[in-house]
Amino acid sequence: MINSKVQIGLIAGVFIALGIGLTLYKAVSLDLPLVPDQYREVWTIESKTSFAPTNTRVGSPVNVQLKLPTGQAGWVILEEHFASSGFGFSIIEESAGSSVARWTRQKLDRPTTLYYKMQTYRASQNSSLPILPIKIPQKPLLEPDQQAATDRLVDRLQKQSSNIESFVQLLLQEFLRDSPDQDTLFLLDSYEDDAFAVLMDVLAMADISAHQIRGIVLEDGRRRQTLNSLIEVYSGEQWSIFDPSTANLGLPDNFFIWQRGDGAVLNVVGGRDSSLEFALVSNSLPAKAVVGMEQRSDQYALLDFSIYTLPVEQQGIFKGLLLIPVAALVVVFMRLLVGVRTSGTFMPILIALAFIQTTLFIGLAIFLGLIGIGLWIRSYLSQLNLLLVARVATVIIMVILLMAALAVISYRLGLDQVLTVTFFPTVIVAWTIERMSILWEEEGGHEVLIQGGGSLLVAVMAYLVMSNHLVEHLTFNFPELTLSVLGVILLFGKYTGYRLSELYRFRDMGSK
Amino acid sequence: MKKLISPFELRDLGILGMNERNIGFIGHYNQRKNYRLADNKLQTKSAALVRGIPVPELYGTVEYQFQVKNLHETLSGRDSFVIKPAQGSGGKGILVITDRDGDLFVKSSGALIDEREVRRHTSNILAGLHSLGGRNDCAMIEALIDFDPVLKDYSFEGVPDIRVIVFRGVPVMAMMRCATHSSDGKANLHQGAVGVGIDISTGKSICAVQHDRIVTQHPDTEILFDQLNIPHWQQVLELAASCASMTGLDYLGADIVLDKQGGPMLLELNARPGLAIQVANQTGLRHRLASAAKIADLTNDQAAKIRLAREQFSCTSVARGQLSINIL
Repeated sequence: MINSKVQIGLIAGVFIALGIGLTLYKAVSLDLPLVPDQYREVWTIESKTSFAPTNTRVGSPVNVQLKLPTGQAGWVILEEHFASSGFGFSIIEESAGSSVARWTRQKLDRPTTLYYKMQTYRASQNSSLPILPIKIPQKPLLEPDQQAATDRLVDRLQKQSSNIESFVQLLLQEFLRDSPDQDTLFLLDSYEDDAFAVLMDVLAMADISAHQIRGIVLEDGRRRQTLNSLIEVYSGEQWSIFDPSTANLGLPDNFFIWQRGDGAVLNVVGGRDSSLEFALVSNSLPAKAVVGMEQRSDQYALLDFSIYTLPVEQQGIFKGLLLIPVAALVVVFMRLLVGVRTSGTFMPILIALAFIQTTLFIGLAIFLGLIGIGLWIRSYLSQLNLLLVARVATVIIMVILLMAALAVISYRLGLDQVLTVTFFPTVIVAWTIERMSILWEEEGGHEVLIQGGGSLLVAVMAYLVMSNHLVEHLTFNFPELTLSVLGVILLFGKYTGYRLSELYRFRDMGSK
Repeated sequence: MKKLISPFELRDLGILGMNERNIGFIGHYNQRKNYRLADNKLQTKSAALVRGIPVPELYGTVEYQFQVKNLHETLSGRDSFVIKPAQGSGGKGILVITDRDGDLFVKSSGALIDEREVRRHTSNILAGLHSLGGRNDCAMIEALIDFDPVLKDYSFEGVPDIRVIVFRGVPVMAMMRCATHSSDGKANLHQGAVGVGIDISTGKSICAVQHDRIVTQHPDTEILFDQLNIPHWQQVLELAASCASMTGLDYLGADIVLDKQGGPMLLELNARPGLAIQVANQTGLRHRLASAAKIADLTNDQAAKIRLAREQFSCTSVARGQLSINIL
């Protein structure tokens, strides 16, 4: 017994020391911050260029050109990676610092995806862009009725506006209105609802130099983001940016500029069905480390083997996975040291994971609702005398239908938050209902309240820990801390002391 | 009344906590391969029969779902019986039928159920609803104990049983578990049965608890517990001690019932006996277990172990003092 205790102590000690040691090393020598303040938000953007060859049977020569972003409006690009197996690859410098990635291949006979990944952060909030030469707008050739509608629209807006900026703003609002006027509707209709093309032509007809800015709206964890467009117009003295989706002036803070000016971002020769999608993930890194990465990124061997080097989608998944050990620690603590009874050992973790998606109070309400209605229906199933497996399967289907009903009804009522009901693990909810129902029949509602309440208490605590910013920051940036968590859990596994609940349970023992 | 007791005081009292029981005793002394015999009541029963340990008569078993249809044949001519899962835990899934009323069965609580209900209960047992880990299980139908009339008023609508904790062949602590109305006729302390601590040396009651609180009389029959004196006490201890060598489990709880004709009978074994017995005895297990280890080191003879235990584990301090001298 002593022996195994010493062993566990040693192993746990090594794990804890290793985790904390690596963390301190990274904190001290690599300047990664232990607390999530004064950090830079570093975005990892991965573009996926997918296409199919025009001729799959024989194969066809392919030439793919992707315009690469240059750091603009205070954004700095840190690292770039290209994945292009089997392709000839080159980067062509174009004028004015912009460059194009070119993938070529003699013969391609199956659909392919090319990857370009880069990391970027905003070094300054200065969002001014370099002055572009002004091009005299070329008036488009329009059909007579389009021409007339455009003229009327321009005429009306010019009367309402005082300068070019207010003209553009009014024009954009015109297209955002729920019920645009006749001319706008006609134009949209004749341009096959391509509002952006209409806008550009109307601006040209009004003698305003304009071009589009293409880029990405940054949202953490997005997987299939596509390019968005802004409009930049010359207002006589300077260039001003407008967001056509809001009609607001200025560059939105969460917009990463990929390309300023017209022209295609992606050009695929010899392929069809091409698409360009982006996956995004943001990490918090300290300012110093970011600057370091910029200058000598290959010196950080440890960072090379960190989670940052994974593809963006997997990074996002690990962000969540690395939180689970912490939740497990909470369960171990609550069960072994406090002595809370839960239904199902790790069921609270799964509930807590669902809470992360739904937010706490909505999650609690949905969960209690599901379990409550489930128990009510289950009490009827009880009379039907079904075999256990069939009955649990029935409850699973019931839960799915309940979730669907809840989602549809709440959506109709405009309660969008309840849609997150889908994040609850169906099978776990079904088993919980089944267990609770049996518990109710065998040991009464009191026991159901104790175990159900215990499970929810642990789930809420696990949720609070997992959603804590510091915990999230530490687990993701210092995954070696998971070793320390493991060490602590091993030590708990050898804890022979009393539980808090036993101090209550045996409280009368001393009195006699 | 204190809200909490300090952990140091608990340690001084020698109270065994759940964590220590799991690691220090169940995990350390009980080998996993020996659990099967204790966890499966059918195996316990056949092993006991081989050794001549008395057990309630087995009427039959239901192993497969199709056999549930023929249940009434097994039950024909039986007015009272018990259906329970072979691998049930914590007294779950035990259906006690005390009598018949035409086509209906009378439960121990007096409630009437039809045969459909009995069949449903049996199917649930087969599907593993009441079993450890939800494994498929088989149902066993056995004779209802006709318990000793001396104990009649100590239990309400259910059979009282005697739990004896045996450590390395030495009986260390005992309690009688008395069913109450709130425990639905089950002798399960979680469900509200009364636990009465029994003096190992005399078989007399020490203290009674319900829901971990001290009570003096049975909540339903209102009989006072301080007069309780278990008959055949030596036999009860012998039966419990012989289970240790039968199973190879060094730390186990033996549940024993007193039949009017058959005397003490082994009902079931428990490889993970609970801790409430300490409250019922108002004594911690730790010191007792330490002394039991000494006794077990001293002798291998079962009769000697029981004799020493009866001398050592008395609730009167005089006897205790004498005996420690004997051992040392």
